[in-house]
Amino acid sequence: MIDEELVQLLSPEGERVEHPEYQSTLSGDEIFGLYRDMAIIRRLCNESTSLQRQGQLALWAPIQGQEAAQIGAGRAMAPTDFSFPTYREHGIAWCRGIPPENMLRLFRAVSNGGWDPQKYRHSVPTIVLGNQALHAVGYAMGIQRDGAEEAAITFFGDGASSQGDTLEAFVWAASFNAPIVFFCQNNQWGISTPSSLQSKVPLYRRAEGFGFPGVRVDGNDVLAVYEVTKRALESARVGGGPTLIEAYTYRMGAHTTSDDPTRYRIDAEVEVWKHRDPVERVKALLAREYEIKSSAFDEVGAEADVMALKLREDVLAMSRPDPITMFDNAYATEHPLVEEGRREMIELGISAGSH
Amino acid sequence: MSDEIFLLPDVGEGLVEAEIVAWKVKEGDVVTLNQPLVDIETAKATVELPSPYAGVVLKLHGNVGDVMEVHKPLITFDVGGDASAPASAAPASAAPSTPSAPDPEAPTGAGREAVLVGYGVANEDGLATRTHRRKGSPPVSPPAPIAQTTRPGLAPRSTPPVRLYAKQHGLDLATLTGSGRDGLITRRDVEQALKPDSTPRPASTPVTGPTTTSHFVGRDIESWSTGPKEERIPVKGVLRSMSEAMVQSAFSAPHAAVWVRVDATRTVELLAGLKKHPNLANVRLSPLTIVALALCDAARHFPGLNSSFDAANSEVIVRRSVNLGIAADTPRGLIVPNIKGADELDLVGMATALNVLVDKARNGTTTPNEMIGTTLTITNVGPFGVDAAMPILPPGTGAILAVGQIAKSPWVIDDEIVVRHVVELALAFDHRQIDGAMASRVLSHVGAYLGDPATAMIAG
Repeated sequence: MIDEELVQLLSPEGERVEHPEYQSTLSGDEIFGLYRDMAIIRRLCNESTSLQRQGQLALWAPIQGQEAAQIGAGRAMAPTDFSFPTYREHGIAWCRGIPPENMLRLFRAVSNGGWDPQKYRHSVPTIVLGNQALHAVGYAMGIQRDGAEEAAITFFGDGASSQGDTLEAFVWAASFNAPIVFFCQNNQWGISTPSSLQSKVPLYRRAEGFGFPGVRVDGNDVLAVYEVTKRALESARVGGGPTLIEAYTYRMGAHTTSDDPTRYRIDAEVEVWKHRDPVERVKALLAREYEIKSSAFDEVGAEADVMALKLREDVLAMSRPDPITMFDNAYATEHPLVEEGRREMIELGISAGSH
Repeated sequence: MSDEIFLLPDVGEGLVEAEIVAWKVKEGDVVTLNQPLVDIETAKATVELPSPYAGVVLKLHGNVGDVMEVHKPLITFDVGGDASAPASAAPASAAPSTPSAPDPEAPTGAGREAVLVGYGVANEDGLATRTHRRKGSPPVSPPAPIAQTTRPGLAPRSTPPVRLYAKQHGLDLATLTGSGRDGLITRRDVEQALKPDSTPRPASTPVTGPTTTSHFVGRDIESWSTGPKEERIPVKGVLRSMSEAMVQSAFSAPHAAVWVRVDATRTVELLAGLKKHPNLANVRLSPLTIVALALCDAARHFPGLNSSFDAANSEVIVRRSVNLGIAADTPRGLIVPNIKGADELDLVGMATALNVLVDKARNGTTTPNEMIGTTLTITNVGPFGVDAAMPILPPGTGAILAVGQIAKSPWVIDDEIVVRHVVELALAFDHRQIDGAMASRVLSHVGAYLGDPATAMIAG
C-alpha cells in the first residue's frame, strides 16, 4: 500500500531506518521534546473532544493519529516563517506558541479566529477547503518582493487537494517560483471519501505536473517529517521554489465531532493503523536508544493532565461577545453591505450596538 | 452541597433530540471528570458523553429508550461544596456561548434538519445556516389563525432578521409564501401578512387530507395538504445505495421468478410450542426464523443456489457458505444487513442472530461490515399484510426469497376443505446461471420444510 519512495527514518516499531537522502539530525533531548509535544497535544485534543460532548464547544476537529505530521512540520519551521492552516492544525498552532485555549475560541463560537496571526506568524483557521493555499502563495510572493529569507507553508488534507483553490495555488507558486511549502496531510479520508478515489496517482506525484518537486513522507514518523519539511523550507528560503510534501498518515478518529466514521470505514483498517501510532514509536526509540525511564514519560502525562484542566477552566470562563462584533473584522475597511447588516441587527434589538 | 444539572448537549450541530442507549452510571455513583456517563444516539451517530463534573450522580432524568430533548436536564450531580472542584467552575447551564437556555416557546424539530457532517444545519434548499435560539426573546403569541400547518423537517426560506421579526410578532413563517428570489420570505411578506385580512372568504372549503407526516425514502415527508405541490428530495445516503444497487442489479441480471403456496400450519404450531420452552425465554422467535433455516437448508442441498455470476471473468462463483441477507425496513430506509455463516446456525443460533440483526438495523447501529458480502437474501413482506412480492436481487447474488403473510385460508386435504395457515413464497433468481427447473426444486424444498419443519430439522 505504501509507496517505496516513502521517506521513513523510524519504523512503526521505533527502529531507525536508513535513507539515502535524509538522515535524522536531532539529539536525544530534541527527540524527547517532540515526544512531549505530541503527547501534550493529543491530551489537549482529547479534552477538547470531551468539552464538545459536554456542550461546551459547537464542534471539534480531532487530530489523533496526525500528531507526528503536525509536530514534525511545526518544529521544522523557523520563527520567521509563516503558516496557513485549516481547522485541524492544532499541533502547528501549539508549535507556534499559541495558548491552547485560543485554539478553542473558534470552536466555542466566541471568535472568528482566536489569535493575532502576525504575532505568532500563523494565520487563523480556514474553514473553506483549500482557500488558505492561495493566501499562502500570495504571502510567499510578498516575501519575494521584500527580498526576505523566509518561507510560507500551508497545510491542507487529501480532500482539499482536489479543490480548485489548491490547484490554482500550485500553478501560481510554480509560475513565480514562490518560497512556499505545500504540506498535505493525506489522512486517507476526506470526510467519507477515500483518498484513493480523489487521486489516481499518489498525491505527491501531482507536483511533477505543476513543475516542482513532491515528496511522500511517513506522516506518522516525526523524525522523517521534521527532516523533509526542514529541507523543503530551507530550499524555499534560498530561491529553490515550492515543494509539495505528502505526509502519509491516518485520521484515527472522526472527521469532526459531527461525524461517525463507523458508517463508512471498516474496523480492520483502523486496526492496521493503530500499529503505526506516531507517539508510541518515538517512545520506543527513546526508551531503547536513549534509555529514557518510564517515569519521564509519566511526568509528561501528568504535565499534560494539568494543562488539560487549565484548558477546561479557561474555556468555561470565556465570556460571550456581543454578536455585533462579528462584523468588526469582516473587512479591513468599511463596507456598505457589512454596514447594512450591522444596522439591521441593531434595529432588530439583537445588539445594543455598543460597537 | 451544591447541585449541578447537566443539560443534554447538542453534540452534532443542529440536533434537537437524542435517545438514551445505555447508562454507564446509576444514581448514587461517584464519578470523576470525563468519566463515561451514557451512550446517546442522535440522527448522526451514537456517541458517549463524558462527565462534565466530579461528584455524585443524584438523578438520571431518563430511562434507556427515552428520547430526550437537547438542552433539557439529563443528569443532576451533587458536586459538593468544594469550590476547588475543577469541573464545577462553570455549570454547563450557565455557559455563556452555548445556546443552552431552554426556550419553551421555540419550535423544536421543525425547521432544523440535522446534517451528518459539515458546518451547519441544512434547510430545505440544502443551504447551511445556523439558527441559534436566544435567551430573552419575547414570548410568542399563538400562531396567526391562518391555515394550521406543521412543517417538520423543512424550514421556510428566509433570513435571520426576518425570522426574528416574524417571531416577535407571533407569525409562523411556514404559513407564508415568499415573494423574494427563489421563494425567499422577505420582510415585506411578513409585514403584508401582519395586516388585517380584508379579502372575502369563499363559502366552501377545499378538500384536504390528513395532516400527519408519512415515511418515504428514509425520511418523514409532509402531508398531502400541508406539503408543497412539488417536492424534490436529494438522492443520497441509504436512498442512493438502494437506488444504485437496484438499477445495477435490474439491468445486469436477467430476473425470473417462481411462486408457490404452502401450508405452513406445522410451522405456526412448532413456533407456538417452542415459545413456551424455558430455554428460549430470551429469544424472539418468528416464522422468519424457520424460513431462514429452510433457505439455508435448500442451499446445502442445492449449492448452485448460493452463487453469483461474474461476467467480467466469465465465471459462475459457487459459495459453500451462506451470508444470509435480510431486507430491513429502517427509519433510514431499506438496508440489507447479513448474517455471516448462517448455514451453520441451528434454531437458537438463527433466532439470536436475527434478533441482533433486526435490533441493530432498527437502532441504526448496523456497521458497513454487516452489509457487505451477502450471498442469499430473504425479504419478508408478510408483516405488511401482503401475500407476495417479486423482489429484485441484491447485486452479486443469485437468488432472493420473498415471504408473504401467513394467513388462515381454505386448503384441500383428502378432498376436504379445511382451514390452514397458508403462506405464499416467491423466489427470484438470476437466470444467467439458475434456471426455472432448479429454482422450482429449491422453492419446493423450502415449501416442504415449512410444511413439516420438525422432520426437516432432524433430516438435516
